[in-house]
Amino acid sequence: MSNGNVPNTEKTPFLKKGGVASVISSLVCILGGLLIGFIVLLLISIFNKDMTVSDSLKGIVTVLGGPFSAGSSQNILFQFGNMLFNATPLIMTGLSVAIAFKTGLFNIGAPGQYLMGAMGSLIVALSIPTSAVPAWIVWILAFLAGTALGVLWGMIPGFFKAKFNVNEVIVCIMTNWIAANVVSWVFKATGDTFVNIAETKVNFIRKTITNGVKTPTLGLDKLFNSSYLDISIMIATAIAVILYVVMNKTTFGYELKACGFNKNASKYAGMNEKRNIVLSMAIAGGLAACGAALWCLNGSQDFKWETYSSLPSVGFNGIPAALLASNNPIGVIFSAIFLKFIDVGGSNLSAQTSFNEYVSPLIVAVIIYFSGFSKFIKDMLSKNRVKKNVSLIPDEDKVPDEAKNTEGGSKA
Amino acid sequence: MIFLLQKTLVYAIPLLIVALAGMYAERSGIINIALDGIMIFGAFIGALTALLLRKQPFFVDNNQLTFVLALAAAAIAGAVFSMLLSFSAIKLKADQTIGGTALNMLAPAIALFIVKIFFFKDELEMTNAVNSEGKSVDFGYVIQNDKVGKIGSIFFDKAYISTYIGIGLFIVLSILIYKTKFGLRLRSCGEHPQAAASVGVNVNKMRFLGTTISGALAGFGGYAYIATVANGTASGAVAGMGFLALAIMIFGNWKPMGIILGAFLFGFLKCLGVTSSRIPFLASLNLPMYFYNLVPYVVVLIVLMFTSKRSRAPKAEGIPYDKGMR
Repeated sequence: MSNGNVPNTEKTPFLKKGGVASVISSLVCILGGLLIGFIVLLLISIFNKDMTVSDSLKGIVTVLGGPFSAGSSQNILFQFGNMLFNATPLIMTGLSVAIAFKTGLFNIGAPGQYLMGAMGSLIVALSIPTSAVPAWIVWILAFLAGTALGVLWGMIPGFFKAKFNVNEVIVCIMTNWIAANVVSWVFKATGDTFVNIAETKVNFIRKTITNGVKTPTLGLDKLFNSSYLDISIMIATAIAVILYVVMNKTTFGYELKACGFNKNASKYAGMNEKRNIVLSMAIAGGLAACGAALWCLNGSQDFKWETYSSLPSVGFNGIPAALLASNNPIGVIFSAIFLKFIDVGGSNLSAQTSFNEYVSPLIVAVIIYFSGFSKFIKDMLSKNRVKKNVSLIPDEDKVPDEAKNTEGGSKA
Repeated sequence: MIFLLQKTLVYAIPLLIVALAGMYAERSGIINIALDGIMIFGAFIGALTALLLRKQPFFVDNNQLTFVLALAAAAIAGAVFSMLLSFSAIKLKADQTIGGTALNMLAPAIALFIVKIFFFKDELEMTNAVNSEGKSVDFGYVIQNDKVGKIGSIFFDKAYISTYIGIGLFIVLSILIYKTKFGLRLRSCGEHPQAAASVGVNVNKMRFLGTTISGALAGFGGYAYIATVANGTASGAVAGMGFLALAIMIFGNWKPMGIILGAFLFGFLKCLGVTSSRIPFLASLNLPMYFYNLVPYVVVLIVLMFTSKRSRAPKAEGIPYDKGMR
């Protein structure tokens, strides 16, 4: 800001800058969400005889602390590690939704794509014996297989949209439930091949570690007190960065975004908008599935194979993750971690007080609700600035000290 | 076969009503993706109402009255909850998808938060209650009636009062949107709000009404679903029925007749799986239940493939009304 070469008069006021306004409006949303969450806790504590007002204060602090409200430093480390691990699939589904949004498509099909990714990666990881093929090759094959299945699954809505002009939302919803049943069917049909029968819990697929397949941890699990953390968070981060570059610095990304801004205009400009729709959905599907693969290939996770009655929430939560980040791939990393942070805070709240963990989705929901107002808030900011510009900007940059003093004097 | 049709009727009604809910919002120009959340909220308030009413023996004796009151409470709750969407989408011109997504998250969060605080459970279950004779009566609104013949039993045996209310609502709402001044104005706000405004229609008011009707219907559908299909347990989900209804609405081309067709087709296929073991031909095929679960979704996709060219969404849906854009 203290650049002497730029003439002061041409400077954009700090609060009027697009980026700054975005950050401020996001902060307002987050504060609003926390405030509402606190009010809810406060109301409950007032109406509940067993609680006092100080309980609600302690409650909101616990939620805000996320993993840091876990108590002992060992627990904090453990929860922090798991938080990052669990944020990984959320980053991926968030990216999936965000990329589709950029192309003007609402990918509500991330749960189905996620399930297909999980199925693909688990089947490959468990059926190729690591005695014959090195484990790391199996890992890569499993990862690719899961992602490829997701790409195919994501292409279905894209294809329907491009070819038959069917609203992608309806196809996504249909493919979600089809995926949920296909996955259950496949694992039911294959019987003991993949289902964990060694332990008593037969609802789950064998952990991939039983075949020696697991994501390298580089000691991260040790660092965070034997949590599940592995390098998948780094892979997800790298993918997000790559996506950011692709979307913002390449012709392909430009075409996708153009298609999202105005389909007809992009068609007029000679872009193949149908191909772009299919490609965008394929990428979105691949990303969601890749999240599932990263989660499953950790090696120590239990995948519940009877998926037909409900869809994985991590798929739907990709929507808030994308919305909170305004569909910016880099932003999704932070929004996903933030969502998990609040989540962990909620479970600590549930463990430590008589409140329960559902306050964290409540806070997140309110934050997203407010985030819809971001345009409104930004408008408010810029309107205020227009009025104050007259007095504020010269005040900071040009007006000599005497003038400031007289202004202050006149007020007093 | 009769059993299958009975089941279909029960399953299709919540779907039909919630799809109509979606239609009312979208024809007025507001995308109501929050149907699922509003259903959850309505179901929760309805279940809570029924639970509290049934503390009085009078309401245990008059079970159908309790059901109707709970449905009404659910509808009111849905309407009130949908005002959050109206506020953000109409008043503040916020992105309707964001508002809807927020409501979808908010509804289960509020419901489960309160249930867990006051009932120490993760779901609200309808329990037995004591009637005026001091006997413990279990929850259940089903009307048993086995003296009405074969055809009659499709409609009057193992039936629910919500089915009749639902069909009544369907008729009234279809007339309302196509044959009345209000309906015409509502639809015009979804097609070209500026044109509507130029002839004196209050666009914001129309959109608000559309969304509120939508909320009331979705709340009603939510409790109807819980009470008839889901064994009276209000948990933080309605098995994606809200999204399914959205799909049925698109399938039905934003029109009442298409929607009722879609709802019954889907309901029929969905119930086919449940009853397959009773139908000799299907039982002999010995297909897993997952197959039957798949069929309705696949059929919808195939039908859409052939019908979608004619499909047309309300032109102005999802676009905040801006007076200046003419």
